[in-house]
Order: sequence, then structure tokens, then C-alpha cells
Amino acid sequence: MSGANGTRPEGSAGPATQPSPTREPGGEPAGHTPTRTDPVGGQAARMWEAGMGRREKGRAGRRKRRGDVHAVVPEAEFRSYYGQPILKPPIWTHDIAYYLFTGGLAAGSSMLAVVADARGEVSVRRGLRLTSLGALGASAYFLIIDLGRPERFYNMLRVAKPTSPMSVGTWILTAYGPLAGAAAVLEAAPLLPDRGVLGLLRRCAPPAASAAGAGAAVVAPLLATYTAVLFADTAVPSWHEVHRELPFVFAGSALAASAGAALVLGRTGEVGPARRAALLGACLELTAAHRVEHGHGLLSEPYVQGRPGRYLRAARALTVAGVAGAWLGRRSRLACAASGAALMAGSLLTRMAVFEAGVHSTKDPKYVVVPQRERLAQGRPARSDTPQDIPVV
Amino acid sequence: MVSANSLYGPVDPAVDAGYDAPPSRKGFFTDTSVCIGCKACEVACKEWNLVPEDGIDLLGTSYDNTGGLGADSWRAVHFVEQSRPIGNKGAPFAELPTGPSGTGYAAAVAAAGIDALEEASRLGTGVPGGQPVAEAAAGGGCGCSGGGGGCGSKSSAAASAAAGAGAGTKLLGMPGMHAPGALPDREGRSDVRWLMASNVCKHCTHAACLDVCPTGSLFRTEFGTVVVQEDICNGCGYCVSACPYGVIDRRESDGRAWKCTLCYDRLKADETPACAKACPTESIQFGDLDELRERAERRRQQLHDVGVTEARLYGHDPHDGVGGDGAFFLLLDEPEVYGLPPDPVVTTRDLPDMYRTMAVAAGAMVLGVLASAVGRR
Repeated sequence: MSGANGTRPEGSAGPATQPSPTREPGGEPAGHTPTRTDPVGGQAARMWEAGMGRREKGRAGRRKRRGDVHAVVPEAEFRSYYGQPILKPPIWTHDIAYYLFTGGLAAGSSMLAVVADARGEVSVRRGLRLTSLGALGASAYFLIIDLGRPERFYNMLRVAKPTSPMSVGTWILTAYGPLAGAAAVLEAAPLLPDRGVLGLLRRCAPPAASAAGAGAAVVAPLLATYTAVLFADTAVPSWHEVHRELPFVFAGSALAASAGAALVLGRTGEVGPARRAALLGACLELTAAHRVEHGHGLLSEPYVQGRPGRYLRAARALTVAGVAGAWLGRRSRLACAASGAALMAGSLLTRMAVFEAGVHSTKDPKYVVVPQRERLAQGRPARSDTPQDIPVV
Repeated sequence: MVSANSLYGPVDPAVDAGYDAPPSRKGFFTDTSVCIGCKACEVACKEWNLVPEDGIDLLGTSYDNTGGLGADSWRAVHFVEQSRPIGNKGAPFAELPTGPSGTGYAAAVAAAGIDALEEASRLGTGVPGGQPVAEAAAGGGCGCSGGGGGCGSKSSAAASAAAGAGAGTKLLGMPGMHAPGALPDREGRSDVRWLMASNVCKHCTHAACLDVCPTGSLFRTEFGTVVVQEDICNGCGYCVSACPYGVIDRRESDGRAWKCTLCYDRLKADETPACAKACPTESIQFGDLDELRERAERRRQQLHDVGVTEARLYGHDPHDGVGGDGAFFLLLDEPEVYGLPPDPVVTTRDLPDMYRTMAVAAGAMVLGVLASAVGRR
């Protein structure tokens, strides 16, 4: 920008000198459109045209959503810095969504394996113990590969920090991993010879596996639910807002997924507990997910709209179909396996939906500004001397 | 050490982190009313801290082509252009643009015949010892009484600016542009206002990034600031999602999280952080946080006294959602206009509640498994 722009003759105005009336805020006359050189100059006029620093109605891309039957709330008015996001989007990739699934699957499998062990349902017990080991391995892989410096993953083991759910989760996994792993590996004991030292090991294996499996099952519910705190303990608006529901979504989802694994792997006559666990888990998950989708106004929106919304609806359909199939097709091995697969797919989609909804909520400043402005407008700012802003459920 | 306010509420963060008798808490007061958007802070920060280049882009929104804070931008000057219609058609303003007035303030200042530039130089920056010194100037001679005459000459200056060579024309600092209203086609024109603000890590009293860091890489210094140890960080990215201001980010090239250290190395050597040292207008003020808070309140009051009623402090209050920021601001518009959250909360405020909910959910899961254990095979 030099003097040249300022002194150019009238009539040489480019498109930059015609502020778009559609971007005018309500308070300003939207009708007039100067056609000659704006004394303010080219660059400034271009920026002016861009409508900066003014009240915007959502973003252009969102306009077409008007009339969407899934729109939870009317479009919000808010101000922003050129529509730029306020928050940084999570740098986590889908690996973390997969981990949510595998972690939950491992945890639920360990718990249901104890039930199968106690009831003597060998096929289910063996399948679930091996599932938990496989899911555990996948979990470790997803967690480590997602680090910026994977070779430094052990730095997580330098500290134990209650204020960091990731640290808490690290120690939960550290406690759970060897126990679940031992229970699974000891399933291989029947392959050992009958005599000698190995024979002794073979005889000791079942009780040892039961003890390890029971230990894993004690830690497992924490493994299944801490991930909800991991997500909720962030500034990501749509994760933090649902911190009262998310642990139930994840607990139910873990139970349903592991019941699905049992239905896939267990003999038809041994999956009664899994069938009941699938029903209970699905009820828990769907009830809590319903509140996530509908109980939080604007911050529920990312769970309903777009891809996360589609995922969540597909997850619900699969979960319901899985439970129905498990109960109606209980005599059919094929129906049981298909139902189990549907339950696991539903759980995976639920985790993907939650992950993506949160990421989406960081990319539009309205999810930050509008709820905080509402809080201020209602006279309950976040203040430590007047603890009235803590949401009442 | 750990206290009832360790997660929320006013606390001395260094003492809470376990330092015995730490030095006074250090911070920044960024007074955006005197920021000229020169970006010397950005450059000085990059130079001193060896922060890599962050992309040479033209973002096409404003003179801000940094685009905000990130792993490779620890200071970022935000630049906002707003239309501020000026519509006073009184005698001295016949040459000025028409249209409704943006604020009562603009009209009142205009009606009072105040010369804004003289007024600004009289106000100074509020830094004791700064040039010009606001406190000393309060007793100075050039008050508003002389403003009426100056006002008349200003309107004639605006008129002569149309001819292109007016004696006494005042450069408004707009590159290559005429003074508003200088050209005849002024019907419906608006004036513009530029807001500039140098954004930085807030060094929160309750820093969510630090709370959630699973490796201990982020730590609280004896000065009450928050610093990443790059030799510990394993790039888990939890801090990135936890920051309510969107400050800290992971550097793609090396996989670790980076942000402002408030020049920890310089503080240790009793030096002023690079950005504050480089700031030519004393917009970035460094010092003991208690003193900065008092100074900021005086500055806010001073601006209100001369009619800048939109001046407000942001992040100064130890009772706010993050327990007060170590780096706080004086803003001339709502925080979100500068890309700042209007009412941020440290997410770990709700952590005890989250753990309780998690325990209930885990219990529900156990009950579910136990219930499913009873019944037919």
C-alpha cells in the first residue's frame, strides 16, 4: 500500500471498493453501495468488504443447514476474529478413536471372562481372554503411534499425576496389561506336556489364570471409563460439556462391544451372560448417548449434525440390531456371530462419533463464544468467589 | 503445596507448586490501546528463542498474517479493522463523512473539540518513567481548553488535504490513504478503527496444559510461569486440547509441544523478556504481577476518564475461571473480537466431578456384569 492507491483517479475503482451489502451488520445501512473510489483505499476496503470484526451470522458454510431437521438450536449470533477458531483442534488422529474402542473392548472382555470362568463356559472365557490380549496390544500400538515422539512413550511412566487423566490412564493400563496378558497367555497351558516341570505348570495354569483374570477384571472398569474423563478434561467444548454422560456412554459401549466379542467367539449354548450384558450395555450406552445428543443445546449440535451425527445414528441402529439379533436368533450360531459383529461395529462407531464431534467443536469459534456469552448474559460468569456457574444437571 | 484452591480459585501458583519462598510472580500486561501492530515483539521472540519460521503466508483477512499463536508463534499480533461511522455534521465536521455515529464516545469527543492525537500523546502509556510520562503529564499545560482552536484548524487541514498539500496536515498513519472525508464522494462513508493486540500465552494461575501433562514436561517455574521442558515432552498432545485459549500446539517438524516460556532463561538472568524489551510503545509491559495489576487498573480508569469507555481489562482477576492470567490485557472491544474466549474456564475445575462420575459409571458396569452373570447359559 503506497500513495499510489490513494491518489489514483476516480473511476478506477476495482471490485474492492464495493463493500458487499450482504455482509453489513443489522445496524448499518445495507443498501448503499459506493461505486467510486473509496478514500479509505484499496487494502482497507478489501478488508472492510470481508466484513471483519463484525457480528456475523454463523459461517457461510453453515447457512445451508438452515431448515435441517436435526438442528438443535437456532443459528447463533456471535463475534469472532475473522471467523478463526479460538481453540486448537486436538492433534490426536483417529488412532485415538480406535483406542477408545479397543480399550473398552479389552476391559469389558476381561470382566465378562471372569463371569464365563466362574460359570465354566470355556469357549467364551478363552475367546474373551484372547480378545482382551489382542485389544490390549492394539491399544498400546494406537496410543504410542499417536505420540509426537513415540520413542519417548516411557516418559509417561516417570510421573503419577492425578490431575492428568492420561497419567492416571497410563497407570491403569500398566496395572491391567500384565494381568490381562497373563490370563490370556495361560490359556495356552493345555498345549504343554503332562509331565515334568511343564506338566506342573500346566496344572497350575488354570487357577493362576483365574487369579490374573480376576485382577484384570478389578482394574477393567476403570480402563473402560477413564477414557471419558480423558476426553472431558479438555477445553474441547463438546467433550467437556458432556462430562456427566460420557463415562456412561463409554461404559455401556465397552460392555456391548465385549458382549459382541463373546457372541462371535463363544459356543451358542454358552453366551447367555453375553446376551444379557449386551442388552444392559446397550441400554446404558443409548440412554447416555441420547442425553449427549439432546441435553446440551448448541454443544450437542456436533453430535447430531454432519459425519459424527451419521456415525452416532448408525451406531444406534447397529447396537439395537445386535441386541435384537442376539435375543431373537439365540439358537443360530450365525445369528449370534452377526449380532456380535454388529454390536462391536456399533461401539466403534460410537467412539468415532464422539471423537469427531469434539474435534468439530473446536474448529468453529461459535462453540466457544456462544456458550460463554450466554453464561455471561445470564449473570453467572465462571468465578471462584460465586460458584454458581457449575452446571446443574 | 496442595491446597483447597489447587484446582480452582485464587492461589499463588509458585507456592502451590511447592516452591519455598519463591520470587514475586512475573507477568505481562499487554495494553492494546497503545499497540501499533509493528510486530517487533514477534520478531524479538523468534530471534531470542530461536523459534522457527511458521510459514510466509498472506492470509487475506487483515494485516495479521501470523494467524494466531502456535508452536512457532509465541507472540502473535492480532489486527482488527472495524468501521466506525462518523456522522457529526456540525460546523467543524462539515468535511467529514456522513452516516450514523458508531459510538456516543466518538460523537462526544468530536463535539468537545478534542484533538485525539494530542490527547494520545498527553496520555502516554501509563508506564512510570515511560515517555511521555502519564503521571507527569497530568499536571501539564496542554489541556482541553486549547483543543477548541486546534479543532478548527483540523477541519481546515482536512479540507486542504483534498488539494493534496495542506499546511498542518496530520498524518494519520494510514499508509497511502487520504484522511477520512478528504475526497468529495463522502456520502455514507464510514471511518475505520484499527484494533491491534499482541497475543501471548496467558501463563494461567490454573494452567490446564500443565495440569493434564502426563510426563511432567510442563512445569511451574519459581516465577509462577508455565514452561515446557522440550527434553521430556513426548508429544502426546493433551496440553493442546486442554488449553482454553488455543495457545500451545505441537510442532509438526519435531513432534513436541511448544509455547511462550515468558523467556525463562532471561528471567533467571534478571532480564526483561524479549518481546517486552522490543516493544517500542510500552504496549507490552513486564513486571511483578501485583504491580502490573495495579498499573493496569489505573490505566483503565485513566482511559475511562477521558471517555474511552470501551477499555476493559481481560484476565486480570484472580477470581476468574482460570484464577487470573499471568499475562493479561487491556482491550478496546469484546475479547472474542481479538480471538480470545470471553469467559474461559480451566477444565480441571470439574475434574473431581468427572472422577466421581467415572466411578459411578465403572460401578454401573460392574453391576451390569454381575447382573448378566445370573441366569441361563
